Amino acid sequence: MNLLARRKLTNQVALTLSLSAMAFGLFWLAWILWTVLDLGLSGLSASLFTEMTPPPGADTGGLANAIVGSLIMVVLATLLGTPVGILAGVYLAEYGRHHRLGAVTRFINDLLLSAPSIVIGLFVYAVVVAQTGKFSAWSGVIALALIVLPVVVRTTENMLQLIPNTLREAAFALGAPKSVVISKVTLRAARAGVLTGVLLAVARIAGETAPLLFTALSNQFWSLNLNEPMANLPVTIFKFAMSPFTNWQELAWAGVFLITMGVLLLNIVARVFLRAEKIN
Amino acid sequence: MEITDAQIEFKDFNFYYGKFHALKHINFKMARHKCTAFIGPSGCGKSTLLRTINRMYDLYPEQRAEGQLLFDGRNLLASEIDVSVLRAKIGMVFQKPTPFPMSIYDNIAFGVKLHERLSSSDMDERVEWALRKAALWDEVKDKLKQSGMSLSGGQQQRLCIARGIAVKPEVILLDEPTSALDPISTARIEELIDELKAEFTIVIVTHNMQQAARISDYTAYMYLGEMVEFGVTDELFVKPKKKETEDYITGRFG
Repeated sequence: MNLLARRKLTNQVALTLSLSAMAFGLFWLAWILWTVLDLGLSGLSASLFTEMTPPPGADTGGLANAIVGSLIMVVLATLLGTPVGILAGVYLAEYGRHHRLGAVTRFINDLLLSAPSIVIGLFVYAVVVAQTGKFSAWSGVIALALIVLPVVVRTTENMLQLIPNTLREAAFALGAPKSVVISKVTLRAARAGVLTGVLLAVARIAGETAPLLFTALSNQFWSLNLNEPMANLPVTIFKFAMSPFTNWQELAWAGVFLITMGVLLLNIVARVFLRAEKIN
Repeated sequence: MEITDAQIEFKDFNFYYGKFHALKHINFKMARHKCTAFIGPSGCGKSTLLRTINRMYDLYPEQRAEGQLLFDGRNLLASEIDVSVLRAKIGMVFQKPTPFPMSIYDNIAFGVKLHERLSSSDMDERVEWALRKAALWDEVKDKLKQSGMSLSGGQQQRLCIARGIAVKPEVILLDEPTSALDPISTARIEELIDELKAEFTIVIVTHNMQQAARISDYTAYMYLGEMVEFGVTDELFVKPKKKETEDYITGRFG
């Protein structure tokens, strides 16, 4: 067999292997999506968005309190975690790149990034819930913000590092101080990537159960009080899916459907942002 | 050769990257409103020399300069020099076009806003003035709100020149400004440099010896961090005084 034929064969084998690996991964993903669609769609109705979580065995009921609770906590956690995360990412990429403090910060951030979310939940339970003596939406917000933080730090740093140094030098060459170079030029050049990081962080916390289990707990009723336990989708799904009651199980699937679609949508929006910026 | 109206003067100037001695005992003057070109093989220190004039090396803690670098008689290496003010007087254009991620208009206004407070009509005038000087106005006047990144490579480079001019500097430093451009864009930039000489002192680093011969009044040939020869461009290219210079410009070396 000559060299060219061998190269072609190697290429064929490598291509086949990588395609089958992709098919293997996609198969499970498709199965999951199919199950979610199949079981979730049947529970979908207008009452899902208007009625509260019902008692076991009831004929009616929805997830209104859980949906609104999840939205409130995810939005607040993002508002809390994003600014801190972006500032820390800017520090790592623009100021602390070669400093010891930067290296230490980066290491700790990596630890936080890979920490199991249940650890975060227990930490906030010990620091907030145990101290204040009650479960509250605020403690849930803090736990979720702690998950948002390292994701945003990491993506902000990575995106800023991708900005070519000549762009920084060009701004410095006009006499711009470092703060202006960062806020007007580099951060602006990296904004699509940073925004994508935030959206992916939101997608991540939207489905997190463990950190809320020990903090916001759940609430059967409508409550917008951040000092009280608050209903949310993940914990409701967890509770309802494990129950023996059919109406609860159906609602759990409807909740799973909502979260999956929400996360899917966020991922698509993030991709659209990145692509729009590349074309520009 | 005697330069009577010197704007920039290097006196026993040395430059270091950490321990590496990159520029050795540089002594020469650059004339006001003339174009001075630095030529030499890669790594000879010509870009390093250019980047000392606006103290670009300040950004990198391991780089340092010694000796004197006089700009209208003042030593730029002195610690009391405000680099922000200095860089308003000495603009720079880089090898690759570096438009900022903002509109064409804002690209030009960016530098002006750092140093002056202008009313919006004055700013409009300034932007138009700079774009006309950079021979870009006719091509972009109807799309000032569009992103600077949407322009072609040659247009982007002229945008960067306009951005530098808009601050009204006295000197413009050009670091291989055409090496990433096609021949037509290069010719336009060369014409532009010729026009800009009337108002600005131009210093250009170039790999292209024909370019240096075409556009510069004075040329410095550098090799291994030393200035081998400096003189009037026509004389240096026709009758170089040193053997090394002759070898380089005739293509026997480099």
